[in-house]
Amino acid sequence: MASNSPAVAITGISGNLGRSLAKQLHGKERVVGIDRRPFPGRPKDLDVHHVDIRKRKAEDLFRKGRIHALIHMGISHDPRMSAEELHHFNVLGTAKALEYCARHGVRKLVVLSSANVYGPHPDNTNFLTEDAPLMAAARFGEIRDLVEVDILAQSFIWKHPEVETVIVRPVHIVGPTIRNAATRYLRLKHPWVLMGFDPMVQLIHMEDVCRAMVLALTPGVRGVYNVVGPGEVPLSAALSELGRSPLPVPHILARSFLRRLFQLRLSDFPPGELDYIQFLCTIDGSRFAKEHGWKPEYGLRETIRSLAAE
Amino acid sequence: MSAGIGQALQDGLKNLTFKLGGEETERKLKALARRSNEYGVDPFGMDLDYVLAAVGPLLWLYKNYFRVRTYGLEKVPRGRVLLVSNHSGQLPIDGAMIGTALLAEANRPRAIRSMVEKWVPTLPYVSVFMARCGQVVGTPQNCIRLLENDEAILVFPEGTRGVNKLFSKRYQLAEFGQGFMRLALETGSPIVPVAVIGAEEQAPALFDLKPAARLLRMPAFPITPTIVPIPLPVRYHIHFGDPMRFTGRPDDDDDELSRKVKQVRSVIQTMVNEGIRARKHVFW
Repeated sequence: MASNSPAVAITGISGNLGRSLAKQLHGKERVVGIDRRPFPGRPKDLDVHHVDIRKRKAEDLFRKGRIHALIHMGISHDPRMSAEELHHFNVLGTAKALEYCARHGVRKLVVLSSANVYGPHPDNTNFLTEDAPLMAAARFGEIRDLVEVDILAQSFIWKHPEVETVIVRPVHIVGPTIRNAATRYLRLKHPWVLMGFDPMVQLIHMEDVCRAMVLALTPGVRGVYNVVGPGEVPLSAALSELGRSPLPVPHILARSFLRRLFQLRLSDFPPGELDYIQFLCTIDGSRFAKEHGWKPEYGLRETIRSLAAE
Repeated sequence: MSAGIGQALQDGLKNLTFKLGGEETERKLKALARRSNEYGVDPFGMDLDYVLAAVGPLLWLYKNYFRVRTYGLEKVPRGRVLLVSNHSGQLPIDGAMIGTALLAEANRPRAIRSMVEKWVPTLPYVSVFMARCGQVVGTPQNCIRLLENDEAILVFPEGTRGVNKLFSKRYQLAEFGQGFMRLALETGSPIVPVAVIGAEEQAPALFDLKPAARLLRMPAFPITPTIVPIPLPVRYHIHFGDPMRFTGRPDDDDDELSRKVKQVRSVIQTMVNEGIRARKHVFW
């Protein structure tokens, strides 16, 4: 790889998902990583810059670095950051990243969104397609950043047809090193479940998500794509596969109780997340499969069990 | 441990289904094609073993309580099909009996899918029970997906207008919605008209207590001679008609659709009228 060949930039590369993605691209593409956090154990030939995407130094990388593609996954969910700081980092950071792409001749942009932006709702159709409205924030304010990031990227598609933009909306990402709301929940020994509710859930292995993002880099791929893993499973089956002993709680009590716990900072689960274990938020990923041959490599059982590893 | 009890109950009920159905039915049911994954469910959450267990008590009702007689089951074609039925009786027993007939009595058993109201997923236990039995929220996208998978779908185009009609309006079909016709045209599915006789007398609704319905967010709150609807042991007669095939575009204007819908409605009304004339008594 010549050091001046066009590079793929990755924001949020130091996260566990970012590292997995860097590993997949390593040796195939010149990768320029952008992250505020350190990247321990970084391969010597991997170019990582400790800059904040919102800062001028980040734009300099786009100006001088001959970046032909950007994978934007620098979205923080750090529960220790204040909501204001998170919002600023996620939404303004995304706006800036998009701006750099338009200004500095980036030809390909892949934005990592999430199927969670559709939101769980009792009258959801079982498999939401890409044109379904993004209703997550209606009942669950904490997810608003994610919805805004997705909407920013959608309007970028229209405003900048010269940049081939792909919005990737994967189902819950799991894996041995992944730490997000879904994996934190599934790793609990006695996770709360809502009595009398057992929605179907969809999971995808972290390496499969990275594979989907690499697939999205293929010239010609553009638009919004749902990305599903190896299938659907009742929440209860996933929990028993992992050997958890769920604690059934009546849904009416659970909501007010969790709200109180959250306010007292005794729990880091926002009460709105209960909707995800009560109602359906499953998506239809057939368009990506049909148009671009998407297929996850990990099976359903393997994907669930990947949480128990490490 | 609860899983152990659940499993024992499920196995027991499944055996009840096989016992009531007889050897022939058991053989056919065991050979039913499955679309399930390694966790025993299909993408919609239907679990065939769960269905075979749930149908046990229904089959008991079918055979011993309502003593159902079915006619024309052989007319239901293979592959995708929309079963369109009249709706009545305050409780959705008509749907359960049609489903039981197709699973336990048909020569080629089929686990039919039906559509539930959008508030069902908010109900604890009921929501899970419905999903495992293969019932899904009645959105057009869900129906299209199931039909494209060559499933059989049961619809009641009268909706709650039909199930909650008062006794004085018995066997008069309410207005039909047009959604089912769009689905049939879009997926090229034949429509099998179904007439259910007997359900209208199972729990005669004398009037509808609307304030209670509003309070409970239910479509209606029928007051029957037993105060709350408890089904009487009426005899059910279920008539399956000849498949009807329609051509046209699903986005045709409403007049065109409504002409086709009226055709189906009048076929069912005729089947209902003939069915009432043919039966000897409400109870036997």
